[in-house]
Amino acid sequence: MKRLLIALFCILSLPVFANEPVATQAEATDKEAFSPSEMILHHIGDSHEWHFATLGDEEHGTHFTIPLPVIAYQPTKGLSVFSSSNLAHGEAYNGLKLEHEHLVAEDGSKVYDFSITKNVASLLLSAVILLLVFTAVARGYRKNHGKAPKGVQSFFEPIITFIRDEVAKKSIGPKYERYMPYLLTIFFFIWFNNLLGLMPGAANLTGNIAVTMTLALMTLVITLASSNKNYWAHIFATPGVPKPLLLIMIPVELIGVVVKPFSLMIRLFANITAGHIVVLSFISLIFIFQSIYISPVTLAFGLFINVLELLVAILQAYIFTLLTAMYIGGAVEDHHDADFQMGGGDGAEPAHAH
Amino acid sequence: MELITPNIGLIFWQLVIFLIVLFLLAKFAWKPILGSLKEREDSIENALRMADQAKLEMQQLKAGNEKLIAEARMERDKMMQEASQMANQLIEQAKNKATEEGSRMIMQAREAIQNEKHAALTEVKNTAAKLSIDIAERILRRELADSGSQQQLVDSYLKDVKLN
Repeated sequence: MKRLLIALFCILSLPVFANEPVATQAEATDKEAFSPSEMILHHIGDSHEWHFATLGDEEHGTHFTIPLPVIAYQPTKGLSVFSSSNLAHGEAYNGLKLEHEHLVAEDGSKVYDFSITKNVASLLLSAVILLLVFTAVARGYRKNHGKAPKGVQSFFEPIITFIRDEVAKKSIGPKYERYMPYLLTIFFFIWFNNLLGLMPGAANLTGNIAVTMTLALMTLVITLASSNKNYWAHIFATPGVPKPLLLIMIPVELIGVVVKPFSLMIRLFANITAGHIVVLSFISLIFIFQSIYISPVTLAFGLFINVLELLVAILQAYIFTLLTAMYIGGAVEDHHDADFQMGGGDGAEPAHAH
Repeated sequence: MELITPNIGLIFWQLVIFLIVLFLLAKFAWKPILGSLKEREDSIENALRMADQAKLEMQQLKAGNEKLIAEARMERDKMMQEASQMANQLIEQAKNKATEEGSRMIMQAREAIQNEKHAALTEVKNTAAKLSIDIAERILRRELADSGSQQQLVDSYLKDVKLN
């Protein structure tokens, strides 16, 4: 799967790589060549500081940066907390330094990095936004009790009822109410963070594998925690399958249990990251060609992809929520069609063959 | 590789922050929101059901009203009939009574007239008798100054009495 992803990235960034030699030749006289892949990876990756813009060149220009707290745990030294500005420009502090945005100890010992990175800061920001928005919506319900919805409340109400009626009720069935808070939270969390990720200078949170992995793991835990005996019976004694085939079916079904959340993790990560890479690639074209005449094309395509990403933002949130609901629905389902309408007879009708 | 290597710190924060957000939203947002939505849907359903019921009741009421009006009309007709009957009867009765009274009064009047007539006749008779007696007395007083004419008169009276 990892190899597949790398292949995907290679294809997505192909125009970038294809143009690279040209660019480097054109910039041969410049003291520092522009590397689109490095720029893109820097943008979609995590960072220990929140960098918005730089005026002037790398070394002497003005950096608009918010330093973020570094929280590091070392088994030998314990916990250390300090500002990331201490680590700027590769300097070492407290025996720690940054190597390609990775926190490492100077003596090479193990470091667990719990820093408030750009992604964590963005995560906190989104948490605050989510709480503010939805407590405001809830307040609207209290204020307009028994009246028609108003303002932000009327904007989110159709979405909430859509998640409830079209996603939860249809996929989970009568027990949907227990899972509504999780489904709504995961939907709005992914959507809001997808949108936040499209803002200029924002973090690529939902395109980070750690985030999507955590979300997918939570879905897996909830699915397994709410599974009933039908779910397990389907895995260990798949109905309608002859006994010897179970030797193959049981591992396949068990892999299926893990593959479902794994696909959730990869889908969200790949979609969001790919979108960012494409937008950044188009923007890079200006710097690769070193020409202002390419900018209309860049702008048009960049805008198109950006608008497409707005759609992808809600679409991926919806898909993640829908699939989560379907996995939960499969785990809590009461009744299974034993033969899946494939004819439950004992096959004792060979007379016709002769 | 960098891109697809999950960072332990981000996993930790994601888990902690997401669970806090989930808990807070579930308590302070989803519960009231879903509760209100459900309540509103219930009330709409209730209102619709009640409207249907009201419609039905209205129809029943209308039918009842029509029946009542028909009954009232019938009642009125009956009452009118009865009243006119009664009036006719009363008029008849009054007429009869008046006729009876009239004839009775005529009878009484006749009787009274008769009585008066009798009384008047008696009075006339009495007065005539008294007058006659007075006249007779005066005549007699003059006539009977001598005893021969007295005897003569008595004799004639006696003769008359015999005749009576």
